[in-house]
Amino acid sequence: MKKRFSSVLISAPYLVWMVVFILVPLIMVGYFAFTDPEGNFTLDYVADVARYSNIFIRSVWLAAIATVVCLVIAYPLAFILTRMSKNRQSTMLMIVMLPMWMNFLLRTYAWMALLGNNGIINSLLGLIGIGPFKMLNTQGAVVLGMVYNYLPFMILPLYSVMTKIDKSVLEAASDLGCNSANTLFRVIIPLTVPGITSGTTMVFVPAISTFIISRMLGGGGNLLIGDLIEMQFLGNSYNPNLGASISLVLMVIILLIMTIMNQFNDDDDKVLM
Amino acid sequence: MKKLAKVYVALVLMFLYVPIFVMIVFSFNTTKSRTVMSGFTFEWYEKLFRNELILSSLRNTIIIAVIASITATILGTAAAIGISRMRKFPKMVVMNITNMPIINPEIVTGVSLMLLFVFFAARMNLEFGFVTLVIAHITFDVPYVILNVLPKFKQMDPNLYEAAQDLGCNPLQAFFKVVLPEIMPGVISGFLMSFTFSLDDFIISYFTSGSTSQTLPITIYSMTRRKVSPEINALSTIIFVIVVTVLIVKNIIENRSFSKGTREDKA
Amino acid sequence: MKNIISLRDIVVEFDDEDGARILKEINLDIGDKEFVTLLGPSGCGKTTTLRVIGGFITPNSGKVLFEGKEINDLPPHKRNVNTVFQRYALFPHLNVYDNIAFGLRVQKVPEKEITKRVGEMLELVNLMGYEKRSVQRLSGGQQQRVAIARALVNHPKILLLDEPLGALDLKLRKEMQIELKRIQQSLEITFIYVTHDQEEALTMSDTVVVMKDGYIQQVGSPVDIYNEPINAFVADFIGESNILGGKMIKDKLVEIRGKEFVCVDSGFGENAPVDVVIRPEDIKITTPENAQITGIVESVTFKGVHYEMIVEGFDFKWMIHSTKAANVGELIGLTFDPDDIHIMNKMDEE
Repeated sequence: MKKRFSSVLISAPYLVWMVVFILVPLIMVGYFAFTDPEGNFTLDYVADVARYSNIFIRSVWLAAIATVVCLVIAYPLAFILTRMSKNRQSTMLMIVMLPMWMNFLLRTYAWMALLGNNGIINSLLGLIGIGPFKMLNTQGAVVLGMVYNYLPFMILPLYSVMTKIDKSVLEAASDLGCNSANTLFRVIIPLTVPGITSGTTMVFVPAISTFIISRMLGGGGNLLIGDLIEMQFLGNSYNPNLGASISLVLMVIILLIMTIMNQFNDDDDKVLM
Repeated sequence: MKKLAKVYVALVLMFLYVPIFVMIVFSFNTTKSRTVMSGFTFEWYEKLFRNELILSSLRNTIIIAVIASITATILGTAAAIGISRMRKFPKMVVMNITNMPIINPEIVTGVSLMLLFVFFAARMNLEFGFVTLVIAHITFDVPYVILNVLPKFKQMDPNLYEAAQDLGCNPLQAFFKVVLPEIMPGVISGFLMSFTFSLDDFIISYFTSGSTSQTLPITIYSMTRRKVSPEINALSTIIFVIVVTVLIVKNIIENRSFSKGTREDKA
Repeated sequence: MKNIISLRDIVVEFDDEDGARILKEINLDIGDKEFVTLLGPSGCGKTTTLRVIGGFITPNSGKVLFEGKEINDLPPHKRNVNTVFQRYALFPHLNVYDNIAFGLRVQKVPEKEITKRVGEMLELVNLMGYEKRSVQRLSGGQQQRVAIARALVNHPKILLLDEPLGALDLKLRKEMQIELKRIQQSLEITFIYVTHDQEEALTMSDTVVVMKDGYIQQVGSPVDIYNEPINAFVADFIGESNILGGKMIKDKLVEIRGKEFVCVDSGFGENAPVDVVIRPEDIKITTPENAQITGIVESVTFKGVHYEMIVEGFDFKWMIHSTKAANVGELIGLTFDPDDIHIMNKMDEE
């Protein structure tokens, strides 16, 4: 008993850190969400969030589209990767993950040059006589930026569950009468559900809360939740109480989505773990 | 089918790399145009290396990343030792709180820390800047260290520590001679993860930095907000080259130790 | 007996990382309702042969005939053959019932019939009451039974089993051997069984196919294979043997290390080099005076049913199985009857 206590004691510095810098700040978000600047309890700010419901809907919608697009692109890619020889797999994985190692501001900035009205894509289209199209500062550009930045987050978990599928399980499916489509729907997809759910969360959460992508590629007209929060803390309309309320609602939305995602998983593999 | 797969992989890679290569190409452009190549120059690189703001924020970024990741590694490893020995319920509580910064959107973590710092700034003599950035970075680094180290304790033979003591080690010796080497791979990968996240972090830094001390990502952000500046392209190119070099070296080292390992297995 | 599977000049070449999976002109006929075992050391091509029959490998040349019809290009899911995989390959996302029902659901068999047939299978493999269990929470032996049921529920004409008992402990393995034989006899279908365990092969099979380095060495009943091994490799692989080089002087007379012995084999020609195989249990211990060979006992190990002794004499270490034990260091005599001396063609060393 004493021994256990002394070895738990070694984690005390972290436990203090955890309480002060993780727990207390989150509690403060809750506190600010339900008080006014004078510190009196109020529901005004939480109620105020409803005024921004169109921004919430837009954020959820765009993040959802980006997540689905990521899934559709990443799933076949991850599968093709697992079919390669071991050496090529690690090289290919490195090549796919490499852009991730560049700061995402730079990656997003790169798209500004490509998508602009006088950008490269439009000038190429101009050569064959079409366009220019307005691509920058549209919702499509925001979704594109999300897909571009977060695609590797979808590929990685899918790839890692797919490599765990024993090749003989696929042979067993074929042995028991499955053609390729049957094998895909009856065996491969059910076995990759943990990868799908964790990839979905890993793309959806940063996508719904971004303010960089919307600002750089979406122009001023496509505000997302992230922009809204940022404006309350660092923008002209300094209002931490409203910002905390919006943050709180955002956390609730994410918690809800993760709970739904976990419904698809077996009880023992949790999202993100 | 094989051919189709190859085309598909090529298309995805094109999507991932075209923006980067466009930036690299235009980092050598003589004009500020982002669509027409008018000539070859190193001008933007020269400007970049004379840009005091970029250089100082790069210095800041590295100093903060080093301090934060080392502190987080020590704090997190010690924490993992304790957590691995906790009873089920306290362990669950601690792990759930530890996971918060990972699960929460970064913007929420950033905002929550900002609220805390604002509170302290008003009451004590705390200024937004170097100190707040280091604290924020340690806070989002530690969970990754813990998550990397903790599984190593689970994999470790529980008798190892006892065996070391049985063979004459005191608890401290047993830890440094036996336990630490066992968990070392987790400690190292936790450290590396912390270090890269710290280098790369923008969102949390954005909410916790002051005007006195800025990191490179924050400087980059303010550059992208202003007018078109090919220096960003030059900076991206340099970062890309560094990343590629580091990853290739890492891959070569890993492959070498991997093939060595398999050869030993066969022997 | 009608042949259900015939392999004609099957050649399989791999330039894979493990170049072991190679078959060189395999010819084999497997009869209906037979229990056939492919036996050999690892890398001999037995699993590859099984996979050719299952449809997981297309041979580079040669023909696979199913009831006389060529099926080389028929994919696995269209063959009336099912497989029990080495490590079972159960679907981890499905429970016991759904695993067994898998094949029937793919064929769109009505749910009512599925229930009936899965029930029969659960009964056959003694897993009633386990329907809702997750397959990951079953013991090795139970997983094995699910794998067998999952294959058999489709009423295949042939069941392929790839070292199915390899992962089980000795006692369970013995039980499952009997169980498998019972299932095969009650269902009256063909079993093709791959193993490297000679005892398993001898206990269960109607026909044993001994393989080495991509070639079939010998095909025969367990008794034939054991008593009349065709070469020293088969003799050594099936049970323990004393193998000596010798020379056939003429029919029924062999010379071993300069001494002549009467034997019963003939037809090898005169002065032909041969391998001489004598089983350890066929050597009898006598006094040195009455013996054909004398030797010094080097070691004695008690094996339960018998003693295993190593006797050094005649420039050879003899392995002897006997119910009587001699003392280490003692000089003893050894005799064997002419019909215990098995003469074989010398193996061509590759």
